[in-house]
Amino acid sequence: MPVIPVNYYIFFSVALFSIGIVGVLTRRNAIIIFMCIELMLNAVNILLVAFSKMHHVNAYVLDRATTVGTEAQLFVFFIMVVAAAEVTVGLAIIVMLFRNIHSVDINFLNRLKH
Amino acid sequence: MNAIIISALWGVLMMYTGFMTSAKRTVSLVAIIGVVLVFVANWLEYLGLSFVNMDMMGMLQFNTFGLVFNGIILFSTLIYFLLSSTEIEKSSHTPSDLYALMFFVLSGISVIAGFQSLLMLFIGIEIISIPLYVLAGSDKSNLKSNEAALKYFLMGAFSTGLMLMGIALLYGSSGSFSLEGVAAGVGVLTPMRASGMVLLLASMSFKVSAAPFHFWTPDVYEGSPTVYTSFMATVVKSAAFFAFLKLFESAFGEVHGEWQMLVAVIAALTLIIGNITAVFQQSVKRMLSYSSIAQAGFMMLGVFALNTYAKQGMILYFAAYSLATIALFAVLAKLKDHSIEALNGFAKQHPVVAFSVLISLLSLAGIPLTAGFFAKYYMLLAVLKYAELLWLALVAILSAAISVYYYFRLIQAIYFREPAAESELDFSGFFKVVMVFNAILILVLGIHPDWLIKLIY
Repeated sequence: MPVIPVNYYIFFSVALFSIGIVGVLTRRNAIIIFMCIELMLNAVNILLVAFSKMHHVNAYVLDRATTVGTEAQLFVFFIMVVAAAEVTVGLAIIVMLFRNIHSVDINFLNRLKH
Repeated sequence: MNAIIISALWGVLMMYTGFMTSAKRTVSLVAIIGVVLVFVANWLEYLGLSFVNMDMMGMLQFNTFGLVFNGIILFSTLIYFLLSSTEIEKSSHTPSDLYALMFFVLSGISVIAGFQSLLMLFIGIEIISIPLYVLAGSDKSNLKSNEAALKYFLMGAFSTGLMLMGIALLYGSSGSFSLEGVAAGVGVLTPMRASGMVLLLASMSFKVSAAPFHFWTPDVYEGSPTVYTSFMATVVKSAAFFAFLKLFESAFGEVHGEWQMLVAVIAALTLIIGNITAVFQQSVKRMLSYSSIAQAGFMMLGVFALNTYAKQGMILYFAAYSLATIALFAVLAKLKDHSIEALNGFAKQHPVVAFSVLISLLSLAGIPLTAGFFAKYYMLLAVLKYAELLWLALVAILSAAISVYYYFRLIQAIYFREPAAESELDFSGFFKVVMVFNAILILVLGIHPDWLIKLIY
């Protein structure tokens, strides 16, 4: 079975990450911005797992009992947990905003200020 | 390690205090006792008495620099609680929750004080940030507070994303998350490693609000309730700077020459933009947020230089900046009107508090005999070790001169203007005692900075 080289994973996750960044910078809906941030975090997760496998395979050739590469997969779990905590707080903030101005458009907020 | 455990446990205890008693005074008292305990526990660890001895697998390691930094943070938080507890009580029906969040922030800062791995850096920064989003939005019906919370949250989450990408790229190129592991491979700056480093630089600049990434700061600091602005602008900003300094010193210290110019440009931009914009502000709160950007520019000089003077200067800067800014915001939180005119004739009505405010302002401006002078002096000394970058020191001195203008505008209003109306402010005797104590501390540090600096050796 042919193995997908790690470069493919790097390009894939950098592309996802860039879509996320462009979304954060251009969209005006708080929920969409929020989704784009999640996209950025998940691009990192994919990249970390790919690197974990890459480092593991490299070390496995030399030593069958190696644990090299496992720490990146642990890191992915931490990112997931932290992202969940962030979603909790972030959605609460957006709901609080929606209660006050009945909109989640961030331009609306700027108009109110002046 | 002591500080992490006790502050996290005390945060949980604070939540239960809300059930046990409805007296807000008691809740504040428990919080003050808690922060004293955390400070003492941290002090014991500094003296070599650790409550737990476990194998941290190279994730966390506390040296004297980190412990002294943590001590300064905890002490500033103590002063902050003593001065602002009445405002925290007023800001919510259940102040116990807000105190709990602040204790969680302190536990995150204690993680930052000893991180040895990029994983711990990430966890620490997130433990600090997430409670802060809640604190920024704690005034739920106020639109400005809502906006501050949303902006802070989106910017914070975005910069976390950048930081994670940086960490992932560094892991890919070095195969390790530990600072030594990253440093070992960093000698040859491959494109992947360089982009990881630049992403980390950008995200840390977001967190400390350095110049091209500072645009969220004025809105967030102005919109948040004033008591929490004080916490964000002092304690949390110092923690972010400590993380910045430690990360770039231990992981990228060897390729210092490669990124030094980048940090020099960021520092110069921060100094210029922060100071020049602060001159034009009419609201004291907004002016102080720009002044905090300007002070961040000075602290960036420490990250730029990374030598002995820079480390000593950073420690002094954390103390000088935090103490002075906490005192100013404590007075500001009691005022309803935040325009400069509201301070007219303040000295005639409240001479004792006005004197402490005067000392704080002089310290922020960097006038000799105050702590701020030596903080700035050490930073300049650190920069002057790099003779080819003399222009950076010149920019720093010029912008310090500009900053004198807007700090003295406040002093002029306080001392040389006639009050418009009778002041209905009433400062308690305890508040005055703490303010004077704070002013004395600033003066003592301004005469004997060595008393603080020698602690890190």
